[in-house]
Amino acid sequence: MTGQTQSAQTGRQMTGAKMVVQALKDQGVDTVFGYPGGAVLPIYDELFQQNDIRHVLVRHEQGAIHAAEGYARSTGKPGVAIVTSGPGATNAVTGLTDALLDSIPIVVLSGQVPTFMIGSDAFQEADTVGITRPCTKHNWLVKETDRLGQTLHEAFHVATAGRPGPVLVDIPKDVQFATGSYGGKETRSTRYAPAVKGDRAAIEALARAMETAKRPVFYTGGGVINSGPEASKLLRELVAATGFPITSTLMGLGAYPASGEQWLGMLGMHGLYEANMAMHGCDLLICIGARFDDRITGRIDAFSPNSIRAHIDIDPSSLNKVIRTDIPIIGDVAHVLKDLLEAWSAGGRKTDREALAQWQAQIGEWRSKDCLAFRNSDKVIKPQFALQRLEALTKDRDRYITTEVGQHQMWAAQYLGFEDPNRWMTSGGLGTMGYGFPASVGVQMAHPDSLVINVAGEASWLMNMQEMGTAVQYRLPVKQFILNNERLGMVRQWQELLHGERYSQSWSEALPDFVKLAEAFGAKGILCKDPADLDDAIMEMLDHDGPVIFDCLVEKHENCFPMIPSGKAHNEMLMGEVSTAHAIEAGGAVLV
Amino acid sequence: MLNIKEGSTSHSAYNLRSTFSDVEERHTLAVIVENEPGVLARVIGLFSGRGYNIESLTVAEIDHTGHMSRITLVTSGTPQVIEQIKAQLGRIVPVHEVHDLTVEGPTVERELALFKVRGEGEHRVEALRLADIFRANVVDSTLESFVFEITGTPDKIDAFADLMRPLGLTELARTGVAALSRGPEARV
Ligand SMILES: Cc1ncc(C[n+]2csc(CCOP(=O)(O)OP(=O)(O)O)c2C)c(N)n1
Ligand SMILES: [Mg+2]
Repeated sequence: MTGQTQSAQTGRQMTGAKMVVQALKDQGVDTVFGYPGGAVLPIYDELFQQNDIRHVLVRHEQGAIHAAEGYARSTGKPGVAIVTSGPGATNAVTGLTDALLDSIPIVVLSGQVPTFMIGSDAFQEADTVGITRPCTKHNWLVKETDRLGQTLHEAFHVATAGRPGPVLVDIPKDVQFATGSYGGKETRSTRYAPAVKGDRAAIEALARAMETAKRPVFYTGGGVINSGPEASKLLRELVAATGFPITSTLMGLGAYPASGEQWLGMLGMHGLYEANMAMHGCDLLICIGARFDDRITGRIDAFSPNSIRAHIDIDPSSLNKVIRTDIPIIGDVAHVLKDLLEAWSAGGRKTDREALAQWQAQIGEWRSKDCLAFRNSDKVIKPQFALQRLEALTKDRDRYITTEVGQHQMWAAQYLGFEDPNRWMTSGGLGTMGYGFPASVGVQMAHPDSLVINVAGEASWLMNMQEMGTAVQYRLPVKQFILNNERLGMVRQWQELLHGERYSQSWSEALPDFVKLAEAFGAKGILCKDPADLDDAIMEMLDHDGPVIFDCLVEKHENCFPMIPSGKAHNEMLMGEVSTAHAIEAGGAVLV
Repeated sequence: MLNIKEGSTSHSAYNLRSTFSDVEERHTLAVIVENEPGVLARVIGLFSGRGYNIESLTVAEIDHTGHMSRITLVTSGTPQVIEQIKAQLGRIVPVHEVHDLTVEGPTVERELALFKVRGEGEHRVEALRLADIFRANVVDSTLESFVFEITGTPDKIDAFADLMRPLGLTELARTGVAALSRGPEARV
């Protein structure tokens, strides 16, 4: 940042390329994902001459970024990717945007044409910092080798401090070749330091509101996971201490265990009936590390109409952005929850037991609508059934799940249970088809002995299928569980419900034979289309020590319910045909 | 329900308003930034990317040794949007401080403008007379033109422009607003 070069002068002399590798080592990086090219050759030369950092050769730079995201989300450490200039950098843009919207800490290093050629439309020149400025938390173009070390350390700091996010450091080739001084980790400027402690008075106010609440609900999100395992632990304590029901966004699944007593399930557009109704009917809404995304709120003016809203978030811009908040608390979730628990127990505070019991009874009634019920079949595999079986056969294992984007993603969120944080990686904010497969590669690199499954749709999966090469090369036993409906299912569903059943371009035509495709890459393929064979086929997948493409042919026209159509309120949910609740009648069930 | 004082700084978002009002307000912000490459693009990109208004923006380095620049920004929006703008600005890594001068107390705002007015005879005399009333200086003159320099609030410059138009205004350059809080205290 500011040119504090005095320590750099006393630092060790080395080339910029060596400095890159040294800085990564000093940051404790053990794995990087990348793809070489002219503008990063000096860095690749240095990577070649060392053994501390493993480089994973992806097959497309988008794959490198998503793999770094998967690594980051499953470990809590920043993910690192290296791409070349021009097309390498532009291929990284989708991944960077994905990481920005989901607040995932990743550090991307891009090569750039030499400084003296910048601006000349040189071969493979792109204005990388210009292109990535709006899709990174921050980015840098380093023009002097003396500045490189401190910039790299600053990059790791910015990526991980406060609300995490992607950063990019653009490094011209001459800066990689030139020699400069490297002063180690301490040389970064320390100015960027978002506040982590929440305001005491606000925390007290929240504790008071919790005492008198009659219909409280915790609404938690990815911020709990990003805050680290301690935050999830404290959240569980808080829920146990209060007995308040808890729901979570897609991003926050696992922070509170799905088997937990107070668990309502996910909320939002495809959230559970009881979760959304609780949001609508509550009188105290405690939002923890979530941001009132439109997939969560539905129609804003009908959102949780009778509640006091508390909002805990490390990013001041999340507060009052969408929903007016009564008790805003800026701070890191773990820090704030610790203080809140203290404020709660120190005051010897008690909840309104009687009101809570009534509230729980009401929630029980909503739960009894059984909103995830579906009509099973013995002829064709229902996607929900496939996930129920996958859950039953894997839930006790050391398991990590990634997903692509579409109906299968929502079904995975509904039918799989997450007991711990960092076990669930899905593209929430950007909804990036093609995220899940490379993410599963990143997760498996970080957890070589764990079971890593990517729950995929056939269309999404094809978007980054080139990563089969990566999976095979590095012997990553990732399981690609494709719910193949031969449709862009989510698009088809919207067309059915909102566009008069005009199915414009939502077929997956000319699909590959996935078993042969797997074999062509040297992996195992499994085809399953009969519900009776499903368990055996899943076991075969699990037992195979290597990457598997599981082509699960499922019902083509299944819709994902419950669903809050865009622009509707939480109590205007569409329900599946089997569920006993109906959208309109639901309004009457709201407590006032 | 909270008793926290009104007004906000870069460190506090506790500027509690009971509802989201839809009345548009005009605010003058002072943003202290590290003068590094691209910092202005970040600020402008934020406004265009999120659909906020910029009525005026001026920037110059104010601390040459510390490489700090001061951006004076005039924007308008509902109170909620103004709060968002400040919070979003505060998120930009090289932004050190965000001050809402409109909220923090009385301020002086000044803008400098140059006017080229071309004309002869009566018009020329009238232009010079009005310039005198507005305390505009003549910084260039030929037998058929003047360049006036005028400093004042944006309103005053607007008013002067309205008067000069029929008298042969041919070109106008404005700097945008610079603003400081009144009184002895340095707020920024
Ligand atoms: C890169 C990208 N392009 C387009 C979309 C829009 N989109 C959302 S879901 C979807 C269909 C996904 O189909 P598939 O992967 O087969 O999943 P399914 O819904 O059938 O389970 C599409 C096209 C998107 N989310 N991402
Ligand atoms: Mg599909």
